[in-house]
Amino acid sequence: MNRKATLTALTALAAGLVTLTTACSSSNGFSSGNSATPASTAKASKTQLTLMFGSSGTAETNAVEAAAKAFTKQSGIPVQVIPASNLTQQVAQGFAGGQPPDVFYLDPLTFQNYAKDGVLDPYPPNLPSANGFSPALQQAFTYKSTFTCDPKDASTLALYVNTADWTQAGLGAPPATWSQLQADAKKLTTGGRVGLVIDQTHSGMDEFFYQNGGTVTNAAGTQVQIDSPQNVRALTFLKSMLTQGAMKLPSQLNAGFSGQAFGENKAAMDIIGNWENGEIQSDYPNIKFKVYPLPAGPSGTHATLSFTNCWGVPKQSRNLAGAIEFVKFLTTPQQEMTFAKAFGVIPSLQSAQQQYVQAFPQYSTFVQELPYAHPDIAIAGATQALSAFDSALAQLPSANPATILKTAQQNLQAVVDQNK
Amino acid sequence: MNLILSQRRRETAAGWLMSAPVIVLLAVFLVAPILMAAWVSVSDWTGIGSPFASGVHSTGPANYRALLSTPGLPQQQLGESLRNNVYYVLLVVPVQTALALGLALVVSRRRLAGRGFFRTAYYFPSITSSVAVSILFLYVFGSTGVVNAVLGDLGLHGPNWFNDPNGVIHLVLSGLGVGHAPGALANHGFLGLSWWEWLAGPSVAMIAIMTLAVWTTSGTFMLIFLPAIYAIPADLDEAATMDGANSWQRFRSVTLPLLRPALFLVLTLGLISTWQVFDQIYLMSQGNPAGTTLTPAYLSYLTSFGNQQWGQGAAIAFILFAIIVVLTIAQRLVVSDRRGAQ
Repeated sequence: MNRKATLTALTALAAGLVTLTTACSSSNGFSSGNSATPASTAKASKTQLTLMFGSSGTAETNAVEAAAKAFTKQSGIPVQVIPASNLTQQVAQGFAGGQPPDVFYLDPLTFQNYAKDGVLDPYPPNLPSANGFSPALQQAFTYKSTFTCDPKDASTLALYVNTADWTQAGLGAPPATWSQLQADAKKLTTGGRVGLVIDQTHSGMDEFFYQNGGTVTNAAGTQVQIDSPQNVRALTFLKSMLTQGAMKLPSQLNAGFSGQAFGENKAAMDIIGNWENGEIQSDYPNIKFKVYPLPAGPSGTHATLSFTNCWGVPKQSRNLAGAIEFVKFLTTPQQEMTFAKAFGVIPSLQSAQQQYVQAFPQYSTFVQELPYAHPDIAIAGATQALSAFDSALAQLPSANPATILKTAQQNLQAVVDQNK
Repeated sequence: MNLILSQRRRETAAGWLMSAPVIVLLAVFLVAPILMAAWVSVSDWTGIGSPFASGVHSTGPANYRALLSTPGLPQQQLGESLRNNVYYVLLVVPVQTALALGLALVVSRRRLAGRGFFRTAYYFPSITSSVAVSILFLYVFGSTGVVNAVLGDLGLHGPNWFNDPNGVIHLVLSGLGVGHAPGALANHGFLGLSWWEWLAGPSVAMIAIMTLAVWTTSGTFMLIFLPAIYAIPADLDEAATMDGANSWQRFRSVTLPLLRPALFLVLTLGLISTWQVFDQIYLMSQGNPAGTTLTPAYLSYLTSFGNQQWGQGAAIAFILFAIIVVLTIAQRLVVSDRRGAQ
C-alpha cells in the first residue's frame, strides 16, 4: 500500500512538472514569436542581437567580431557574437527552446528544412542588395519561388594543379575536355603519386553529371532525375579513371578529404572548392599550385557546383528589424570585400566579385565559373538520403554506377514525395 | 497507540521532505524529459518551439510505422544500425568482460611485483578522454598506421580499416568459396535488409571501433572485479588446494561462483553501454563506410539534428530503449535461473 502511495505521488509530481515545463516553454516560445511585424514597417529597437556562426578559424572569428563592433558603433544596437562548435545542432537547440539566434549562418540543406517549416523571415527583397547576387546563389536560398535568405559568400569547384608535378610531366595547357583530363591524369600518375583525386561525396562528383548534360532534379524540384543515362555515363567515366589508376578517392590515399591528398602531394590534380586555398596556406605552405576552370563534358557543356551559406533570420527574433539592419550592413560590397581579404571567402554580390577578381587575380577562376554553376543538392529532410548516397559513392571503385544511382533515385524521390 | 501512529506519520513526512530534492531533480531531469520524448515520438513536432504548442499534432504510431513496417530508407537504416549493434554487443561484451576478469585476476595476485603500477596502467584508458582516444585510434588503424605496419612486418597485408565496409563473416565465407548469397538468403529479409546482409558480420571498420571499446572499458570493469576478488576469503582457496583441486578447478568452482554478483553487474553495464554506443561513431566514422558503423543511438541523432525529423529520431530512441529493457530482463532471468539450479 505504501509503495502504491509513493507511486501515485511520483506520478502526480511528474505530471505537474510536465505541465510546468509546457507552460514555461510555450509562454516565451513559438506563440509569442509569431506576432512579428513586417520588416519594412517596424523600427529597429536597441534590443541586443545574437549572431551565431560556425568559424573556419581565428581569422574568420576576428573578422566577424570586428564587423559586429562596426555595426554596433553605427546603429547603437549591441551584438553578441557566438562562434558555434556544432552550428546546425546549436541553432536547432535555439529553435526548440523558443530563442533562436537573431542572425546565423545557414547552409542550403538546413535552409530547406527551416524554410519548409516557415520559420525564416523572407527579408531579402526589402534590402538594396535584392538583385545583386549571383543567380546560382540566389537559387540556393529560394524556397517555392520566394528568395528567403541572403547568401553571404560563394564557392565553386575548380581544378587545382600542382605546378611542380605539371612541369615535371612536361604538360602544357590545362585540360579542356574529359578526355584531356583523363590523359593528363594518366601522365601525372608516377611512382607513389596519382594523377587526380576527387572527393568521394555527391558534393565532389555531381558536377560531372551536369557537364554530361544530366541533372539531379527537374527545375521545379518535384522530380528526382539522378539515375538518367547521362549521369550513369558520367559516373562510369569516373569509375573508368579509378580502374585505370589515374584517379583515386581520398580514402584510397589514406586522406580524410581530397585537399589533404593534394596538399601531401599524393595527387597532382584535385577538383575542390576555394576553401582549399586556406588549407594549403596553413598546412601545406610549400605546395605551389594553379587553379583552372573544370574541363567540359563530351558535348562541350561547362558546369561546376556552387556552395554557399546565408544569413538566416528567424521570424521570431525579438528584434527582427534590428536583425535585418544587421544583415543589410553585412551584405554591402565593402563589408563582403573586408571578409574576403580577412579569410579568403568569395563575395556573393556580383559588384563585390568584380573587386575581388581585381584584388585576387590568381583566384579569378572561381568567379569566372559562377555563371554556369549549379547549387549543390539541397532537399528538405534529405540529410540521411544524401549521406547514404555518399556512402555508396565512396564504394565506387568496387560498385556498379547504375546501381548506386538507382538507389539514390529511390531514396531521394521518397524524400521529395514526402515533402509534397 | 494513536501517539505512535502520529509519530510514524511525522517520520514519513520528514522522510518525504528529506528525499524531496532528489525526487524533484529526478523528475525534472529524467522523468519529464522521457515523457516529453515519448510525446515527440508520436507527434509531428518540427523542432520549432515547444513540443506542446498548439501547432503540434499527434500522428499516432506513424513514426514507428515508417521505421518498422514501411519499406524505404528509414527502415533500411534502422535495420543496418540494429545489425551493426547486435554484432557490436555480441563481440564487445564477452571480450571486454573476459579481459577485465583476466586483468583483475592477474593484478590481484599477491605475489605480483608492481601491482599498483599495473592497476594504474590498465585503468588508464578508461580515464582518458574518449575524444583523444578516438582520434588516436584513427591514426593507429590508418591504412599506413601502426597496426598495418605490424601486420606488414608479419608478412600480412593489412586492410584499409576505416574505409573497408566488408563484413568479416562475408569475408570468411568468400575465403571458403561462398562469394555470393544463396537465393533463399538474398531474396528474403527483415527490416529492409536481406538475410544475407544480416549475416554479413561486423565490417572491418566496425572491428577497429570494437577494439577501441574493449581497450577503453576493460580497465573500468577490472576495477569492479578487483574488490570482489579481494572479498573472497583466502582460506576457501587453500581448502580447495588441500582437497587436490588444480588452479583451473579452483577458478571454475570457487572463484567464479563467488564473483557472480560482480559478473552480473559487469554484464549488465556492458550490455547497456554497448547498445548505446554513440561518441566513437560520432567522432570516428559517422556511420561510414557504407552504413556499416551506423548504430541506433547515432541514427537517432542524425535523424533528429541532421534531418530535423524529431518524431522519428525519438521513435528510434524508444525502440532502442525497448531493446535494452527486454535484453536486461532476459539476462537477469538467465542468471537467476542458474543461481536457483545450484
